[in-house]
Amino acid sequence: MKISAFHLMPHRELPADFERRYESVWVTPPWWEVADASRVGQYYNWTLDELIHAARAGFDGVCTNEHHQNAYGFMPSPNLMGSVLARATAGSNVAIVQMGATLPTSNPPIRVAEEYAMLDCISGGRLVAGLPLGSPMDVNLCYGITPMEHRERYREAFALTLKAWQAREIFAWNGRYYQLPTVNLWPRPIQQPHPPVWVPGSGSISTFDFAVDHDVCYCFLSYSGARSAKTMMDGYWQVVDKKGREANPYRAGFLQLVAVAESDAAAEGKYGRHVEYFYHKCLHVPAPYFSPPGNQDYRSLVATLSNPVRRPENPKELRYRDFVDKGYVIAGSPATVRDRLKEEVVKGLHVGNLMVLLQIGSMPHELTLENIDRFAREVLPALRGEWDDQGWVNHWWPERLRGAAPVPAAAGVAAGGA
Amino acid sequence: MREQTVATWQGRVRLRVLSKGTGPAVIFFHGSWGLAWDPFLDDLARTFTVYAPEHPGTTPGAPDDVTHLDGLWDLVLCYDELLRALGLERPAFVGHSFGGMVACEMAAACPDRVGRLVLIDPLGFWRDADPIVNFMVLDPAQLRARIFRDPEAAAARHLVGAVDDPQEAIEARVRLMWAMGATGKFIWPIPDKGLTKRIHRVTAPTLLLWGKEDRLVPPVYADEFTRRIPGARVQTVGDAGHAPQLEQPQTVARMVRDFLAQ
Repeated sequence: MKISAFHLMPHRELPADFERRYESVWVTPPWWEVADASRVGQYYNWTLDELIHAARAGFDGVCTNEHHQNAYGFMPSPNLMGSVLARATAGSNVAIVQMGATLPTSNPPIRVAEEYAMLDCISGGRLVAGLPLGSPMDVNLCYGITPMEHRERYREAFALTLKAWQAREIFAWNGRYYQLPTVNLWPRPIQQPHPPVWVPGSGSISTFDFAVDHDVCYCFLSYSGARSAKTMMDGYWQVVDKKGREANPYRAGFLQLVAVAESDAAAEGKYGRHVEYFYHKCLHVPAPYFSPPGNQDYRSLVATLSNPVRRPENPKELRYRDFVDKGYVIAGSPATVRDRLKEEVVKGLHVGNLMVLLQIGSMPHELTLENIDRFAREVLPALRGEWDDQGWVNHWWPERLRGAAPVPAAAGVAAGGA
Repeated sequence: MREQTVATWQGRVRLRVLSKGTGPAVIFFHGSWGLAWDPFLDDLARTFTVYAPEHPGTTPGAPDDVTHLDGLWDLVLCYDELLRALGLERPAFVGHSFGGMVACEMAAACPDRVGRLVLIDPLGFWRDADPIVNFMVLDPAQLRARIFRDPEAAAARHLVGAVDDPQEAIEARVRLMWAMGATGKFIWPIPDKGLTKRIHRVTAPTLLLWGKEDRLVPPVYADEFTRRIPGARVQTVGDAGHAPQLEQPQTVARMVRDFLAQ
């Protein structure tokens, strides 16, 4: 299987009373009260260093994503980060997994097609092209896109992107939302006919259909762990089956929070408060932000309101041990983490493309490097061979990287300082 | 109560129109929360024939019709088709909130179609000093508190689906959310779509009614209309918020009737 290091680039030092004092971590977090640009510069550089470190430690890929006006993840342009990563990993077998630049917030959306083509050229054909729909917070609330048009715009932009990469002839695009007189992308990607496409989602059924119809890798980016994702992912595999596609585990990606230490007890001491910081502060968002009227189509709205998926618990009331017990976070000794990842995520969800979040909330730089090293040394080698016996081909991974596992560089050497 | 459905937009957008009463025609354009026939409309129907169309998408059984419209211009043309089909000679337009904005846009686009114009706490303008809260992402309690002077009153609770029967509550919540989504298509993310460029075309005698305690569209917004529509008058309604016709139905019905009788 393929295992990538994911990063959100969070604010690591939010005030202790953040979630009581402020309305939201997303859309309205008060920059002038809680952030400092020089310090944030340090966060960006730590983030890059941590991902480069992961690349050198033996991970198969490094992932960045896009959010706006968000204190738990503020890479408004993931491609700026991806560009640095592509250069810093030159000559390696590490994939640049952009999870990614959001089509409906890019105008015109061929900007994403262009930048991804640049990244593919710079990286020598190592790009994984994540094409997310984008969250309501980012797309509707921050970038002003009408909720009812959000999915339609995405679908049009998706079709335009795929055509722009592949078309042999210059073409005009006369769409409902985008009109471009002369589409002739410079550059085109190295990977042919186009880089592998991953579509991240958060469990919406219409995205399952879309992912299977377009034969892309569906990635469930969850912060709640595999147990609560099980029903959702089972639903995805049913759609795969119903539409007559093979149950290739590489059709699915999953994001899991992971923390590794010498022992289960040591993990609590090292990571406990950072995990609580993440769930208590970083996910502090008013519920209505997730569902502006019109963002869901009518059928989904009726379904959601008729069968509200009630969270069994409010994460703000849970503590570290709850998060671990319930599988939000997989944490503990290398053996514990290996076993749980294998059982709950890889086998449980039938996932071939695993993403792990190893920098969690307030986790400082040094501890993050330690977590990355332990994972790369003591967990990753035991997982890498999963699925090999079944002979699946990972069509959703850059072709030239499919066979070769990256060779770890000298362990423990952090890449350049900030 | 009478009911008819008019197919517009090459048959793709079906507009259901509720009507009641006899006398001169009044078209009522409802707000972002869906149409509910209320005591205010009943009161008007004693002296007028009140026609109340449902905004595209808000009619039960036709939620997706609104997807055939791309913006306010399409919506205005749809309503032009509706008025033609109803065959009404210069009816009065009464509009509330989002419906007030629609009524004003209609009166600007087709000045010869409208007899008199009544705008109740209308949307349509934006003042940086008095921003209008994005009511579509409030929780039910916050929404009630923004719309109503008294958020605990029956009308307020009913609007957000706070009814006793659980199944009815779900249906009410679906109606409310979809009505906000369907009307939101024409006003997201800021309910100013250029009325300022078009409002000079309004020739109908115009009355503005504003709830004194409107916490959604503050009463200062009345100035934006009165200084651009020659002869427009403003009357404020005491003990009322953003929906004075729901909180003070008799008072508002009397004000409307007096103005339309002039």
